[in-house]
Amino acid sequence: MNRIRNPGTQETAESGSQESKQANSRTPFCLVSWLPDFLLIFSCIPFFLIQSSSAADVVIGSKKFTESYVLGEIAKRTLINAGILAEHRQGMGGTIILWQALRGGQIDTYPEYTGTITQEILKRDDAPSLEQIRESLAQFGVGMTEPLGFNNTYALVMRGSDAQRLGVRTISDLRKHPELKIGLTHEFLDRQDGWQPLRERYALPQQNVVGIDHALGYAALANSSIQVKDAYSTDAKVEQNDLVVLEDDLQFFPKYEAVFLFRLSMPANAIAALRPLQGTLDEKRMIRLNAEAERTKNYTKAADLYFNVGARPSGDSGPSYISESFPHKLARWTLRHLQLAGFSLLLSVIFGIPLGIVASRGGPIGHAILGFAGIVQTIPSLALLALLVPVPFFGISARTAIAALFLYGLLPIVRNTSSGLQDIPRSLRESAIALGLSPITRLWEIYLPMASRSILSGIKTSAVINIGPATLGEPILSGLNLNDHATILQGAIPAALLALLVQWFFDLLDRVLIPKGLRL
Amino acid sequence: MSALVQLVDVSKRYGDAAALHATTLSIECGKTTVLIGPSGCGKSTLMRLIIRLIEPDSGRIDFSGEPINSENIESLRRRIGYVIQEGGLFPHLTAGANVLLMARHVGKSQEEMQKQLLDLCELTRFSGNLLPRYPVELSGGQRQRVSLMRALMLSPELLLLDEPLGALDPLVRASLQKDLKEIFARLGQTVLFVTHDLAEATYFGDEIVLMNEGRVVQIGTATDLRDKPANAFVSEFIHAQRGIATL
Repeated sequence: MNRIRNPGTQETAESGSQESKQANSRTPFCLVSWLPDFLLIFSCIPFFLIQSSSAADVVIGSKKFTESYVLGEIAKRTLINAGILAEHRQGMGGTIILWQALRGGQIDTYPEYTGTITQEILKRDDAPSLEQIRESLAQFGVGMTEPLGFNNTYALVMRGSDAQRLGVRTISDLRKHPELKIGLTHEFLDRQDGWQPLRERYALPQQNVVGIDHALGYAALANSSIQVKDAYSTDAKVEQNDLVVLEDDLQFFPKYEAVFLFRLSMPANAIAALRPLQGTLDEKRMIRLNAEAERTKNYTKAADLYFNVGARPSGDSGPSYISESFPHKLARWTLRHLQLAGFSLLLSVIFGIPLGIVASRGGPIGHAILGFAGIVQTIPSLALLALLVPVPFFGISARTAIAALFLYGLLPIVRNTSSGLQDIPRSLRESAIALGLSPITRLWEIYLPMASRSILSGIKTSAVINIGPATLGEPILSGLNLNDHATILQGAIPAALLALLVQWFFDLLDRVLIPKGLRL
Repeated sequence: MSALVQLVDVSKRYGDAAALHATTLSIECGKTTVLIGPSGCGKSTLMRLIIRLIEPDSGRIDFSGEPINSENIESLRRRIGYVIQEGGLFPHLTAGANVLLMARHVGKSQEEMQKQLLDLCELTRFSGNLLPRYPVELSGGQRQRVSLMRALMLSPELLLLDEPLGALDPLVRASLQKDLKEIFARLGQTVLFVTHDLAEATYFGDEIVLMNEGRVVQIGTATDLRDKPANAFVSEFIHAQRGIATL
């Protein structure tokens, strides 16, 4: 299952999935491939710690993206309407986590997609019928409702006006317009059920195909730099941007029909209560609910729309994002900050100190280095992101965050290394030379230790720049997608804790790394 | 009498200003040669040329008959000890570590180093208890003794001292002068000593080289300078200094 609606969070949430494994093996230089797995491990721990029995009769789970949240809320409302005490644990993680939680009894039901069930849960590569799927699931003590009505699969979309003008209604119609420019996400370009087989199946003639980030692709569509792009068929953006979904007339894309999975041991009245949801949600309706959820950031309200209730203030459930799993989220965010900041700081140190050493010698190269590091510092973070995100290796990922933080962290280290070395009195430099020490020894045993205070203070500055981005790291990872609700607390508490931690850590480091003779 | 260091037509310019005009000079084995002259006369430049902290523009400098060049200078430096006015001790290393730094790098054994260290402490009258201290924890005189120990650690053939006592108060200076002279005699050390103080030059110098404006003006003993001045500058320099001394 990889409905990567919000690529940043999704990457971590769905790390156990096939997709990210493929992604890892595809990318030869994958410094951060361990990040998602690491995060997964940590995000699991709090979850299983809080699995203590719930007061509710039925516990609903959902995955970590908008549509799943909304479906979870709809189920909760439905059950409550039927007089069943229901609780919704939102955004627990990806397919594997939800499936395990369902089998382990921590949850009783959650929304899932048929394509995901076949490929990731049952690990089949054929296209079994709903009955066959149901039989296989029964072996695990799990049942499945009938499809809810919509199919959330990959789709090609165009601007409504373009489609009308060119007379394009289906993907086959694209054959008549070889001049159209197509912009596709890198994931779709690479997927085995993505662009290559699609082009073969439909014999599409378009030569002008470019890779573009998902969110940026919508902007590209709007200003006509591309005319066709890939999307998810229930993507809220489809409605927001007046796009039309081209009909998959040759049925190329696998079915990802939404259903509810439930434990067969779930109370019969609860199962019966979910049944009326079957066949009631078509793509259009789901798009509208998703759009509402993304607009208001309130899933309960979006779910209310399903029941045709007006904008009732979200009462009982409270704001959806401050949920019981707050400590769990807090731990995850803190860890993520620490990883982003730590890893990028490490890179800044590894590159910054040697660059500072070269810069300290002055000359054109030294000036160029200091100049470059200075210029990077003046680039606004959004502009830097705009530069990095379109590069295929980066995209919207932790890599981008690390690269940006690394670049921002470079200047203080380069500058302080350089000035620390230049501040060494000439008499001491000459003494080191006159003693007959080799250049490497002079640098390593004399100059760098003497400049250690300055270098460390540069690293400290760099760390603060990197930690502060609680304000930067989050926007990079998830800010570009509108779905993720990072609350102020979720960002601020880890940042404050980290600031204290960094302070403490560097005080310690000062004591260890700055030679005693320089501290007297 | 053989020359340990031989300068042949060595000159150095900084932009338009000549720091040292073409100079030929020998530094004799086992003797203390003192370079003296007013500030900016080129005496420090000459010393820095020998240890190659600066490159000569022209001429040749031989050490033990071998021309000094950029290839052999690093190994030659290990045969030369160098002490500057402020001591040049590395502040992040203890006194002991400063002294042993170079010996450690040439791979001397621990016992050998410790023995040499004790000998040097005794020679320079430096208390071994102070070896674990950092330079900032030592007095000026103590620092110069450590600096001297560091310079002598590898038993150098040549010892270069660039106004080593210039920053010390008179009492400390007097006692160090006495100790230094004894040390030179005991080791039979070849020394090149830069100072601007005539009394100090007279005290140490087997041979005094008086310099002015980048040139050697006269070479001889203190008596030669006083009794047979080569020109008016020499007598002026001698009398200016004596004038202060006899006030």
